Amino acid sequence: MPLLNVQDLSVGFHTRHGVVRAVNHVSFSLEPGDSLGIVGESGSGKSVTCLSLLGLLPMPPARIESGAAAFDGQDLLRLPAAKLRGILGRDIAMIFQDPMTSLNPYLRIATQLTEPLLVHKGLSRAAAFKQAAAALGGVGIADPEARLNQYPHEFSGGMRQRVMIAMATITRPRLLIADEPTTALDVTVQAQILELIKTLRREHGTAVIFITHNLAVINGIADRVMVMYAGQAVETAPVPAIFHQPLHPYTAALLRSVPSAHKPGEPLQSILGTPPDPLRLPPGCPFTPRCPFAQEPCSLATTAELELGPVPSPAPDRRLTACIRVKKEGADVLRPA
Amino acid sequence: MLKFILRRLFFEALPTLFVIATLTFFMVRLAPGGPFSREKQVSAEVQRRLDAYYGLDKPLVVQYGRYLANVARGDLGPSFKHATESVNSLIARAFPVSLELGLWALLFAIVTGIGAGIVASLRPNTWTDAGPMTLAMAGICLPSFVLGPLLLLLFGLTLGWVNVAGWNTAGDRILPAITLGAGYAAYLARLTRAGMRDILSQDFIRTARAKGLSPTRVILVHALKGGLLPSVSFLGPAVAGLITGTFVVESIFQIPGLGQIIVNAAFNRDYFLILGAVVFIGFVMIVMNLLVDVAQALMNPRLRLGE
Ligand SMILES: Nc1ncnc2c1ncn2[C@@H]1O[C@H](COP(=O)(O)OP(=O)(O)OP(=O)(O)O)[C@@H](O)[C@H]1O
Ligand SMILES: [Mg+2]
Repeated sequence: MPLLNVQDLSVGFHTRHGVVRAVNHVSFSLEPGDSLGIVGESGSGKSVTCLSLLGLLPMPPARIESGAAAFDGQDLLRLPAAKLRGILGRDIAMIFQDPMTSLNPYLRIATQLTEPLLVHKGLSRAAAFKQAAAALGGVGIADPEARLNQYPHEFSGGMRQRVMIAMATITRPRLLIADEPTTALDVTVQAQILELIKTLRREHGTAVIFITHNLAVINGIADRVMVMYAGQAVETAPVPAIFHQPLHPYTAALLRSVPSAHKPGEPLQSILGTPPDPLRLPPGCPFTPRCPFAQEPCSLATTAELELGPVPSPAPDRRLTACIRVKKEGADVLRPA
Repeated sequence: MLKFILRRLFFEALPTLFVIATLTFFMVRLAPGGPFSREKQVSAEVQRRLDAYYGLDKPLVVQYGRYLANVARGDLGPSFKHATESVNSLIARAFPVSLELGLWALLFAIVTGIGAGIVASLRPNTWTDAGPMTLAMAGICLPSFVLGPLLLLLFGLTLGWVNVAGWNTAGDRILPAITLGAGYAAYLARLTRAGMRDILSQDFIRTARAKGLSPTRVILVHALKGGLLPSVSFLGPAVAGLITGTFVVESIFQIPGLGQIIVNAAFNRDYFLILGAVVFIGFVMIVMNLLVDVAQALMNPRLRLGE
């Protein structure tokens, strides 16, 4: 049984200017201990997808339009608030993009780090403090006992992200959601943080959802990847396969635009045009206006036709795409003429 | 922290007090009239002896020097109007009254103002926000010389629940405290709402919620400290203003506090009493501001760096 099974998730923001369709009919699942990467450019709905699962979106304006998200057999989207709180910070933990603003500047690290233990595990203050010190040491922070009594502003960005990771994993959650945890950090620190997440995953068998807009980062941290575009999942695949042979025109374009991922010899290209306005999504496949392979049926495709589906030949392993042409005519469609 | 307080006392508080005393001394003297000019005519001889007794015959600079020396020893001088009493004893008698009234008003302002501000911040743009905020706007607009008589009329005369004047029973504290505190409560409500809205929209509140904390814990532990900072900085001058007496409220309700004394002293050109009251109020202001700085440093760890 999957640890997390999300089906047909749609989220809209009901604003004064209309409905922002941020997430549209997204489905994915995750086995215990698995790692899923979610990739897509800015505004593609990665954060909203995850925040909606945890009930962290401001409602209103946000509204869950459809879907179910079974975690351990319980639907996160329909759980009473108190029940959901019992899962958050205990079985599911999340770390955020900006470590400079994600820790409370008014509270000592000790207060913040021991909180999940006090609230969820009923530990005594002393026991929680000891475990917090161990957790800080575990994420590579020297002299943890002294550091616990400090405030966030006494830590560097990378150190704060380590604290965030220690805080998120201190209850040994079964699922860790990391929303672009390295984007705000400089490159050397990025590598250290990625290494840290990998290590924690290996040691505790935590399932991880890793959000990034950088395909190159996915390599090594995720087993499978889901590519999102304009609020839709356009392709899911095992990580090595997606680099080897993308099965959606958007993924292909994305790969050609990543310096470290594109194939030697091919020119580096940025994707022409801009993503559609989520207030006015075009009918059919949202990538049609920018797609070099688009044909007439693409702009007429229905939601059902755009669901992720298998590819006929060469029948690659566990690969799903939303491209109606690839689903019908096979991967060869994406060969440049 | 102690070093910070001492430094503030010696390098800011004392010079400020000195400037206040000096400015007031000369400004009071520049005003036309004198302490005895409105009394019934006294003979030149009596006038001369009065002036000599109070040292008013000496050159102004000498008088100023003497005054400062006395103030430095904590002696605010004699009162011209109340011949048998010193300024010190007049203030000592009136200040506790104003202090008590101010503290009750403060309690009222904090409980209703901060309470309403927090409630309003939790569900923005609903009636639990609009209701308290409309009331707060009214509280800011309504001056105490309107609110006081209105309350008196309703609760004192029409309903007869409390006495209409005086400062004797516990019930006598209620209307003056509300009248004096209403404006502060309203201002605190708006400051608290703004402060809490700001904090509640921060990333670290989302982090706290992602940890599965209850809404109560998120507000009390994670939001309140930062959300109340603007209100706390307002409280310093507010408290000083509240406890040093206000003429309007004290005269509406016939309360023998500092506010009444000051205004009467100004009418009477009671030089030392005006001066003494101003220096005293300046002193209270400075102490309150210092206390607020300390409180803020305790609440906001980032401020403590610069200590
Ligand atoms: N509170 C909100 N009100 C209205 N629209 C919102 C709100 N939050 C997000 N959106 C919209 O939802 C869409 C998806 O946003 P989301 O934050 O999920 O993007 P993302 O893929 O995480 O991008 P990034 O890489 O920039 O984090 C965007 O178009 C965004 O404008
Ligand atoms: Mg995001």
